[in-house]
Parts: sequence; structure tokens; C-alpha cells
Amino acid sequence: MWAYILRRAALGVLTLFVISIISFAIIQLPPGDFVSTALAELAESGTETADEFAAQLRAEYGLDRHIVVQYGIWMGRVLQGDLGTSFFHQKPVLEVIGDRLPLSMLVSVSALVFTLLIAIPIGIYSAVRQYSAGDHIATFLGFLGLATPNFLLALVMLYAGFLWLDVSLAGLFSVEYATAPWSLAKLGDLLVHLPIPAIVLGTAGAAQLIRITRANLLDEKRQPYVTTARAKGLSNRRAIGKYPVRVAMNPVASSVGLLFPNIVSGAVIVSVVLSLPTMGPVLLSSLLSQDMYLAGAIILLLGAFTVLGVFLSDLALMWLDPRIRHGNL
Amino acid sequence: MGTSERPPPRPGDTGGGNVAVLVEEDRISVAPQWKLMWWRFRKHKVAVSAGFVIAAFYLVALLANFFAYSDPDDSRPAQSFIPPSPIQWFAEDGTFGPYVHPLVGERDFETFKKVWEADETVSIPIQLFARGYEYKLLGLFDTDIHLIGVPEGYESESTIFLLGTDNFGRDIFSRLVLATRTSLTIGLVGVFLSLVLGVTLGGISGYYGGVPDSIIQRIIEILRSVPVIPLWLGIAAALPLTWSPTRIYFSITIIISLIGWTTLGREVRGRFLQLRHEDFIMAARLCGARDGRIIRVHMVPLLTSHIIAATTLAVPLMIIAETSLSFLGLGLRPPAISWGVMLQDAQNVQTVAQAIWMLIPVAPVILAVLAFNFLGDGVRDAADPYGG
Amino acid sequence: MRTDRLLSVRNLKTYFLADEGVTKAVDGVSFDVSAGRTLGIVGESGCGKSVTALSILRIVDDPGRIVDGEILLTKNDGTPVDLVTQRPNGKFMRSVRGGEIGLVFQEPMTSFSPVHTIGNQLTEAIRLHERLNKAEARERAADLLTMVGIPRPAATLDQYSWELSGGLRQRAMIAHALAPDPRLLIADEPTTALDVTTQAQILDLMMSLQEERSMAIMLITHDLGVIAETADDVVVMYLGREVEQGSVENIFYDPQHPYTRALLRSIPALDAAPKAKLPAITGSVPHPFDRPSGCSFHPRCSEAIEGLCDIEEPETWRPAEGREVVCHLFGDREMAVSIEGRRS
Repeated sequence: MWAYILRRAALGVLTLFVISIISFAIIQLPPGDFVSTALAELAESGTETADEFAAQLRAEYGLDRHIVVQYGIWMGRVLQGDLGTSFFHQKPVLEVIGDRLPLSMLVSVSALVFTLLIAIPIGIYSAVRQYSAGDHIATFLGFLGLATPNFLLALVMLYAGFLWLDVSLAGLFSVEYATAPWSLAKLGDLLVHLPIPAIVLGTAGAAQLIRITRANLLDEKRQPYVTTARAKGLSNRRAIGKYPVRVAMNPVASSVGLLFPNIVSGAVIVSVVLSLPTMGPVLLSSLLSQDMYLAGAIILLLGAFTVLGVFLSDLALMWLDPRIRHGNL
Repeated sequence: MGTSERPPPRPGDTGGGNVAVLVEEDRISVAPQWKLMWWRFRKHKVAVSAGFVIAAFYLVALLANFFAYSDPDDSRPAQSFIPPSPIQWFAEDGTFGPYVHPLVGERDFETFKKVWEADETVSIPIQLFARGYEYKLLGLFDTDIHLIGVPEGYESESTIFLLGTDNFGRDIFSRLVLATRTSLTIGLVGVFLSLVLGVTLGGISGYYGGVPDSIIQRIIEILRSVPVIPLWLGIAAALPLTWSPTRIYFSITIIISLIGWTTLGREVRGRFLQLRHEDFIMAARLCGARDGRIIRVHMVPLLTSHIIAATTLAVPLMIIAETSLSFLGLGLRPPAISWGVMLQDAQNVQTVAQAIWMLIPVAPVILAVLAFNFLGDGVRDAADPYGG
Repeated sequence: MRTDRLLSVRNLKTYFLADEGVTKAVDGVSFDVSAGRTLGIVGESGCGKSVTALSILRIVDDPGRIVDGEILLTKNDGTPVDLVTQRPNGKFMRSVRGGEIGLVFQEPMTSFSPVHTIGNQLTEAIRLHERLNKAEARERAADLLTMVGIPRPAATLDQYSWELSGGLRQRAMIAHALAPDPRLLIADEPTTALDVTTQAQILDLMMSLQEERSMAIMLITHDLGVIAETADDVVVMYLGREVEQGSVENIFYDPQHPYTRALLRSIPALDAAPKAKLPAITGSVPHPFDRPSGCSFHPRCSEAIEGLCDIEEPETWRPAEGREVVCHLFGDREMAVSIEGRRS
């Protein structure tokens, strides 16, 4: 069991390492170092800057040193909680991000919850009633959900809300709460707004998960242990509900680890379309304005969040599947 | 006498029906693999229709400029946001003769919106194979013939608006046709790269097992737990702005496939693992066949169909990737035309509310992705010799 | 000997009514099972043995259906009930399953759920048929495991099936089937997946448990060796039909049907000449979907009579109580005589 946990954790750290290198590369890639980019921008906007300041910055980040050393310095700062400064906003990155990170996490996790709540019951129904009308409808909707990029779904829903409900489905807060400090009422307002992004983000994953659940349950339904369960006098419903459904949950749980990165990933685009106060819009604007320090930090944070999510889903899988707990897999 | 529903073929039986059954069985038992697959595939009605849809898409892509009737880059701010205006098929006297009425725009002084009305006093006939803007057919011949158009003296840019116009007054139908060409072809490079990477790495992983397998498996696991869109975006933005949009886009495609080969890699690995333990592979090995020969002669032919299926299923991912990136302004950029670029103009609700037809490019995206998925599923089912 | 008849199957027909056509998996099988005795059902794979077992328990999967016949189960008070007329998922059938009839499968690996402990599945089987609280059921489960010879019963209860060896797994499966103390145990190829030593142990266990509880056993197998060791009565099946029935002595020392004789010939004998080729039955079992007309065995039968065996279905010949042969070579006296004449 511990070997499994250790292995998954090591893989997570390794993933994070890869993401950090890419983030660093993104910061480094634009021609010239970011200080000169920043200075050029500052000069453009009319702000006076001293060469001293530039030299100080360069020395601080070791920009005159070997690239590996630079990465080390950057990583060391990140590990101490210093994500650097956004040159566009003239503020520390963490301040720019503010409560966008927790909101991003909230949106992604709610999308995952929505996915599971929708997909598992429908998948089970589809498998138990194979080839019924409901099964065919579920299969068709699943395909449609899979084929619709989530940001298009967001666009269409926005338009539908605007046209028929005459409300704006965008954002996570009503206007009066958008800049207000946190309160119970604001939290309630958040919960009212949460379903739309959760549904938009969760649909594609749900479609995928319905297919996974259905296929696995269909396989498990044919296993001899189901016959054993029926042969000992269990009703059909309980024989299927207790055994194959439970066994089929293992591959479903392990596919959550694959779904989660997609949700975090998709959230970036969807939050731009739905103008959510999450990481996505900031990432996009930072990229468009070449504020690479901010962008790199956001990519790293999103990566860390994803890795954490995948690791937690690994733990959930271990809890679900005794074969992993007992070191058989 | 207890007869079964279908009389069995028996030697010496002279019943004509039984001979037919025998012939049928012989036909199956001597048919080559691809033929069996084709027979199974044919039974998938949905997959076959999806195949036709995709063929139609690529026909449009191939002859994009021929199907377009207006110059897709011809912007005319004065005629922005014209709603879709269908062709009239019959004249008022009932005779067949497709024509359009020219549109006259007037500003409504209450809403300050421009309202377009058809001038029913004038009818402009629609002609087949009419002359329009100049282009290179198949990239080879200069021509100005288009599938439909208007007679000389008129120009289709200001008369035909099948799907309306966008904010720059460009014809959406013609742009859509050209976007189809871009969106359906630019992803193929990425798919091909993914294919090469996936088959090579998946093959090594599955055939040799052991240490290479563990390493490749870990790489796949890492790549699969990375949130890809932020990375694509970051890399796209980090590429030098001096590069041309196409060059940037190809770089992105390469990056996408560097991350995107994992699905195919896993599939190929699984098949190789399974095949490696088959008796006939063992037999070939015992006969002294080299690895290369075993892979080439004994394994790859059995995998071809699975690889085709996996490739088909990889295309929609590329389409979605392109659309997403271009939509955010970090993929293809104007003047390139793709579905994503077109949708970029529909990013805010105000635009969409004013001109819902700006959302039209959503339809081909979904249709193409669906069609590729159905086709891929059909091929995969047909490729499985034990499938129903 | 037949006074204590427990289960009586009469002309059972189970068909699979698929879109592509009808597969007659079981097509008219009759036999009796009595308390304290073992009935062996033998035949090649695909002959409908397992479907017969599932039919008795009424758990044949769709599109399978019992289309004809009777399955008479003698209740404790001596009155017979026809299981065919019962609702398959009704309360009565569920009390019969497990309660009256226990089932042991060929594949002990997949017969237990991989994510539930042995104890979980065992106590469930107990509590389905008896009002016991969890602790009592657990105690009973441990007793059962002891009874089937599992060394550390308490620990095994908390284990998963894949943590046990094949032999222990099959013992646990038998304990599972016997949990509610059924009067009939149906064992479907119980030893096929086990090695020879373990096979013998499992068969011994079943025999001794039978003696203790005077339980009836229906043993389904393709292995004539297993039949010879354990069965009292034998039914030989071919393509969903019975071809011969009799006591184990009848079948092994006085086989009549050409199929039975061919089966027996194909067993390797210790006293056979070295390097002699083992006689095999020519051809292979046709799919029940393509059942040959007349006697189903005629295409593979060395003694088939053209114009008779391939056209007419044979009648059942009953030379003695409990003895049946379904073959054109027997029964009709004149025919039999003429055959005798032809043979000599």
C-alpha cells in the first residue's frame, strides 16, 4: 500500500517538475530577457525607469548566469512562496491572482462532482437496460456531449440565457457581490452561479464517463460472480447493485484521474467565455500582453492543482480497490 | 420432427438453400482480413453515413474556392451583420428560376440598428458556374468559375448572402467553406506526427516490455496528468511574434502532438502486449525470425485496422485543439480563416445577440467531430475479430 | 432406490431466442436426483450441461427461456413444486436458490467478487436465508470454512478471493454454496480449473460432506474420470439432448449408445499398447444453432444408418428402471435384430 502511495506521489512530483520546466521555458522563451521586455513596456507607457533598477532585477534573478542556475533560483523562490512580480500589473503575482486560485479550484471541483453525479447513474442505467430507448438516448447525448467543445457550449448557453431568460449567465457573482468582501450572502450568490460553469465544463467529461461506466458494467455483468450472487438467492437488482456495479467503479475511479486534467484545462477557455473571476482570463490576458512572469506562475499553479487532484484520485482509487491496497496491482 | 430454424449444411444434401449456405461460409472463410472488416464495417449504418459526411467535408475542402461565391477577404463595413438571406427558388409566376432580391439597408432610428430589407422589385438570377473572384483551382489553374454566382454586371459580394455577413461585412458562407479547408487539413499534420510517435513509442513499449516499457509508461502517465490547454496557450504566446501565423501554428501543432500521442501510444502498446504472447508470434520467434521481421510481417498487419481507428479518433481532438486556440486568439490568426478564427468574432454575447448567425461555425465543428468519432468507432468495431 | 427423489427434471427445453434465430441449448432432458446420491451429467463442452443447471435455478440470462418441460422439486413436506411455473425472480425462487439448491462453479477465481471479502459474501449467503445477526453469521461462516477444511478460518473471512490459492478458493466456494444448508448441491465443473491433487481433495471433500448431510449432488463435468469416482447415476448429454442414462456401472461397463462408447474409448488406458494412437471422435461438436437433423450425433457416428439416423429422431429405449438409451440401434426389436444381423 505504501509502495503504491509513494509511487504515485513520486510520479506527481515528477509531473510537477516537468510542468515547472515548461513554465520556466515559457517565461524564458520570448526574445530578450523578461526584464528588457518589462522595461520596454514601462518605457512605452511613459514610466521612467532607472537602469539601476534593471541591473538590480537582473542580478536578483541571476539573468546573467547559466540557464540551469536561473531555473534553480526561480524554483527556489517559488518554493518559498514568491511567484515573482507581474510587470503589467506592477504587483506581486500572488496579489494579482488573489482569490482567483480558490475560485478556479472550486469551479473545477464542482465540474468534477457534476460529472460524477450525472455520468455514473446514467452509465449504470445504460448498462443495466442495454439497448433500451433510454440507453440509445444516453449514448446519443453522450456522443453529442463529447463532440461539443465546452467553450462552444458556453457560448450557446450564454446566448440562450440572454435570449430566453433575459439574464446573463456569465460570471460567478451578481454585480452587487462582485467586489464585495466575503460574506454568507456572497457565498450563497456564488452557489447560485456555480452550476452553469460546472455543467458547461462537466459535460464532455460526463459523456466520456458514461461510456466508460457503461462498457465496464456490461463486462462485469457477465462475470460468474454475478451468477453466484443470483444463485445464492439475491434479487436481480441487489445482485447487480452490490457486485458488478461496485467492481465497475474501479475503472471509473481511475478514469477520474484522467478526466481531472481535462477539466482544469478546459476551465481556462470556459472561464474566458463566461468571464469568470478565475485564473483563465488572467492567464489569457497575461499571455496576450506578454506578461510572462504572471503567465508562468499561473501555469505552474494550475499544474500543481491538477497534480494534487490526480494524486487524490489515486488515493480514492486505492481506498476503493482492495487489490491496490494489498499490493496486488 | 424437431427442425431447427435454419437447416444446417450437410454433405450429400441436394437442397438448393443448403448449397447457398455452404457457399456463404466458404466465402467468409477464404476472405482476407480487410474484406472481413469491410463487411463488418458496412453493417454499421451510422459509421458508413459518417464516412460519407467526412468525404463530403473533404470534397468541400478540396474545392473550397469553387464552392465559395464571394471573396472571403473582401470586407465591406457598410454591409456588416446582414442576416442570412435564402435563395428564392420560384418566381412569382411559379416558374423555376433561382434568384435573389438585392438588400437595402436602412438605419432604424429608434434602435440605431441597421435593418436590411429585400428590394422585391429587382430579381437577380442565380447562375451555375458563374464568374466571380479569381483563385487557383487545386492550387494549379487560375480560374474565376464558381459553383454559383450572379450574371455579369452584378457582383456576388453585394448580392448573395446565404448565411449572412460578419462584422466586417464578409460573406459567412464563403468564409465557412474556406475555413473548412484550413480546419480539416491543418490538424492532419499533428495527427500524422502523433501517429508516428504513438506507434513507435507504443510499439517499443509493448514489444520489448521491461525497462523501456516502464519508462515510456511513466512518460505517458505524466503527459496525461498535465493540463494541456494552459501549456498550449503559454507556448503559443511564447513563440516569437515575428514568425508568420502559419509557422507559429505549425509549431503549436507539433507541440500538441508531442503531448497528444499518448492515447494512440497506449492503444498500440496494449495490442503489442496482447500479440506478443500469441502462439504464432512465439512460433515465428522460435523459427529464428528477427524482431524487425516479426513486427513488420506478423504484427503490424494485424494492427493496421486498430491504428486506422485510433488515427480517425485523433483527428477530432486536433480539430477541437485548433478551434480552441484560434478562438482565444492564440492559434491561427487573421488573415487565416478557420472555424476557430471565425468563432473568435462571436466571443461576446452582444455580438451574438445582434447576429446569431455568427455562431454558425459551431455546426460544422460539432458535425465534423461527431462524424470522425462515429467513423472511428465503426472502424474499431469492425477491426475487432471477436466483435459481434 | 428411488424413494427419496428430490428433484425431477422432465423434458426440459431451454432455448435462446435471439434475433438471429433460435439456439436450442437444452432440448428435452429428463433425469432424477435423489437425496444422498450423486448424479453425474457428462458431455463435451457446449452440450447444454451448464444451461441445464442454470435452468434449474431459473437464472438463465436473456434471451434464454425455458420453453417446455417440468422441474419438480420435492419440498420438505414431501409435496412437489414445478419450478418452471414459478416467477424466476419471485420470493419462492429466491428461497430455493441458495436455500434448497447450492451452486458451485468451475472458475473459483471469478466466482467471487474481487472487491468484497470472503466473509462479506459468505455472511450475506447465510443471512439471506436465516435470521442471524452479523456476529452470529460471522461465527457460522467461520464454522463453514472449518468444515470445508480451510486452516485459518477467521483470517480467511477477511481476505479477498484472489489472496487464496485455487484449492482454498474452491473450498471457500463450496462453503458458500452450503451456507444455508441446501438439500441439493449443483457443482458445475468444480475441479476443472484445479490441478490433479487438489481435484481429488475437492472431490473427497464433496463426497464426505454429502455423507454427513445426506445431500444430493448434481455433478456436471466433461471428465469421465471424475464421474467414475463420484457419481451414482449418470446422464450423458450431446447437443442439448440426453443420449444415455443409467447407473455408473451401466455406463462404464455396459455402455450402449455409440457416443458413450466413443467417449469411453477416448480415455487413455494404463494397459493400452505403448504409443498406440488414442481413438478420438471424428469431427467436432456442431453449434446447437446448426443441429443436424435426425439423430444429432449421426454425422460423427461410425454406426449411423443412412436414410434413418439422418432423418428420423430416435426414440428413447428403456430396458430397465433408470436406464435409458436414445438411439436407433436399440429399442425397436425388429430394427435391433436387423442391426444385429448387419453387424455380424
